[in-house]
Amino acid sequence: MEGPTSTGIPNRKLAMWSFIGSECMLFGTLIATYMIYRGRNLVPPYPHDLLNIPFITVTTFVLLMSSLMMVLALAAVQRNDLRATKLWLGMTALFGLIFLGGQYYEFNHFVHEGLPLSRNLFSSTFFVLTGTHGAHVAGGVIWLSTLLVRAVQGKLDARHAETVEIAGLYWHFVDVVWIILFTLIYLLV
Amino acid sequence: MSRHSAESHPSTRLYIAVAVILAALTALEVMVFYIEALAPVLIPILLVMMAAKFALVAMFFMHLKSDGPVLTAIFAWGVFIATAIVVGLMAIFGKFGA
Repeated sequence: MEGPTSTGIPNRKLAMWSFIGSECMLFGTLIATYMIYRGRNLVPPYPHDLLNIPFITVTTFVLLMSSLMMVLALAAVQRNDLRATKLWLGMTALFGLIFLGGQYYEFNHFVHEGLPLSRNLFSSTFFVLTGTHGAHVAGGVIWLSTLLVRAVQGKLDARHAETVEIAGLYWHFVDVVWIILFTLIYLLV
Repeated sequence: MSRHSAESHPSTRLYIAVAVILAALTALEVMVFYIEALAPVLIPILLVMMAAKFALVAMFFMHLKSDGPVLTAIFAWGVFIATAIVVGLMAIFGKFGA
């Protein structure tokens, strides 16, 4: 167990928040690039020809609900309920995988419709921005899976609540980034 | 245990309430997108709802409401810089012009 700190904030938690702060700037540059080139496409296909709002609304809903699963996993581990911890961690990772499956389907659909990465300004900025986010989701799913394995092995209890909370902070950050991307890319098309 | 302990975190009921609001706001965003009469004010409406969803996740799911001002300041600084990058570059490249 980590000892007291001068700030009253656990060091690992402070480190995760500092990391999240720096990640904001990374996504800020990618979003800025997307927004600058938005509407300057000279070569078809154009975003409104391809973006499937109903489909992406469903995957957005899945990612939002995964954040609920994550806080339920944290609440479960804090009250030392191993069974609920395993359930909610597993559900969070599963919802993350469903989101990634949706993104794979969308990317595949775009490529088949004649929009590979280097086709035009939209494809380059869209794939880099949403792909970077997807890579973060994939990293989160791997992280959650390691926690799930520890829970299944009986090595995750209330003493490790902070470990689950830190993984949760990362997962919720991935969620808030998608809240922004959903609006800027899909609804303000 | 630090003062950032489990006792200060929201209840399960509050977590579910926040998730329901997030889902409702997402549905509302998509509805607004399809209403042609709202096209002239679509951008501000969607940005406000996006900001509301962002704040709900940060405050309740990420526990910033209960975890004190230091962590909020670290996150707010990152969000401020990111926003400044986006708005500044969009202005430089003439995205706000007539």
